[in-house]
Amino acid sequence: MYSTKIVKAENSSAAVQAIGSSKEGKILAGGMTLIPTLKQRLANPDCLIDISSCGLEGVEDKGSSVRIGAMTKHAAVAESSSVAKAIPALADLAGGIGDRQVRNRGTLGGSVANNDPAACYPSAVMALDGTVHTNKRDISADDFFKGMFETALEEDEVIESVSFKKPEKACYMKFPNPASRYAMVGVFVAKFSDGVRVAVTGAGEEGVFRHSDLESALSSNFSEEAVSGVEVSSDGLMSDIHASADYRANLIGEMTKRAVSS
Amino acid sequence: MAEVSLKVNGKVENHEVGENTLLVDFIRETVGLTGTHVGCDTSQCGACVVHVDGVSVKACTMLAMQAEGSEVTTIEGIGSSEKLHPMQEAFHENHGLQCGFCTPGMVMSAIELVSKNKSPSEAEIRDGLEGNICRCTGYHNIVKSVQAGAEKMGG
Repeated sequence: MYSTKIVKAENSSAAVQAIGSSKEGKILAGGMTLIPTLKQRLANPDCLIDISSCGLEGVEDKGSSVRIGAMTKHAAVAESSSVAKAIPALADLAGGIGDRQVRNRGTLGGSVANNDPAACYPSAVMALDGTVHTNKRDISADDFFKGMFETALEEDEVIESVSFKKPEKACYMKFPNPASRYAMVGVFVAKFSDGVRVAVTGAGEEGVFRHSDLESALSSNFSEEAVSGVEVSSDGLMSDIHASADYRANLIGEMTKRAVSS
Repeated sequence: MAEVSLKVNGKVENHEVGENTLLVDFIRETVGLTGTHVGCDTSQCGACVVHVDGVSVKACTMLAMQAEGSEVTTIEGIGSSEKLHPMQEAFHENHGLQCGFCTPGMVMSAIELVSKNKSPSEAEIRDGLEGNICRCTGYHNIVKSVQAGAEKMGG
């Protein structure tokens, strides 16, 4: 790892200030991606801004939505009784990320800000019509994810929390890579009174995306048969050593069926 | 360089370290406790698992400065050669290791697992040890050890 400096921010405005006064400062949340990246010398920030003391942890039930602090660990979301009651699919998703030790350190905000194309959380934010709350503004999920490892976040912006709308019914189904446990394909299906949202992670060349054909089919008929009637195209899907685009396209249909029938 | 102060196995450790020092290097090189191992150095294998404020973490993927003010427990802190921790005893009695390199991490993960779930099923143990890799045993005796360890710990 290159040498760097660590600043412990006491609140998000102090964190933003520290970024402003650094050349290439980076926010350090749980560090589950950033620290391995630094160890491989793939990044060389002059300053790491540790936001673990900014009071950004916790789960709050807001009635029609659940708001979760950016620094809330995956293990805490997985074990939260209010998340389990309001959106059990979200607790399941958090409990299936990485392994126990990754869940003990990894955070919601870190995962969402990184927007890894195979990360689980972005699919939940997208399918549960989420809102990303930063120190400056509220960003809807549909405007937040901008492509592989890209988000709408600006340099002087820190995620403080994320809100998820409570669905009537939801389920996340992941086909994990057996070594990394990242999603080879993960599908989050959420049924709301005014329609169904289907978000796919692990598959798109541009990262997480909503599948409009599956959404309209499921909105008119919430069943496995409706999914069978949709031809999932492999256009724009990733091909790599783990799976071809065609294989991923097939998995999208399969994971959607499992999510619908669970 | 920066000053870092934390407790390791109950003892205050106050040292000046490079700000990019990993917790595992701090434990092994600065404090001199070499029971915590570095297997893969890429957050996969779990040989470096320690507890930070009672929670299991991979010490190769955390900076020493992130543990500032915390209580760290390593494999040396849970028992002694004369009096092993019940989980260590269980690994010994059930042949839960061959080369032993992964064992410190296995034991630390297993202790946290049992602290959350007093009598885990085989499936829960296998799931709970997902972040720990063993290249010798084929895991069967590790699972048996954790089951026996859970019983000894009062599950």
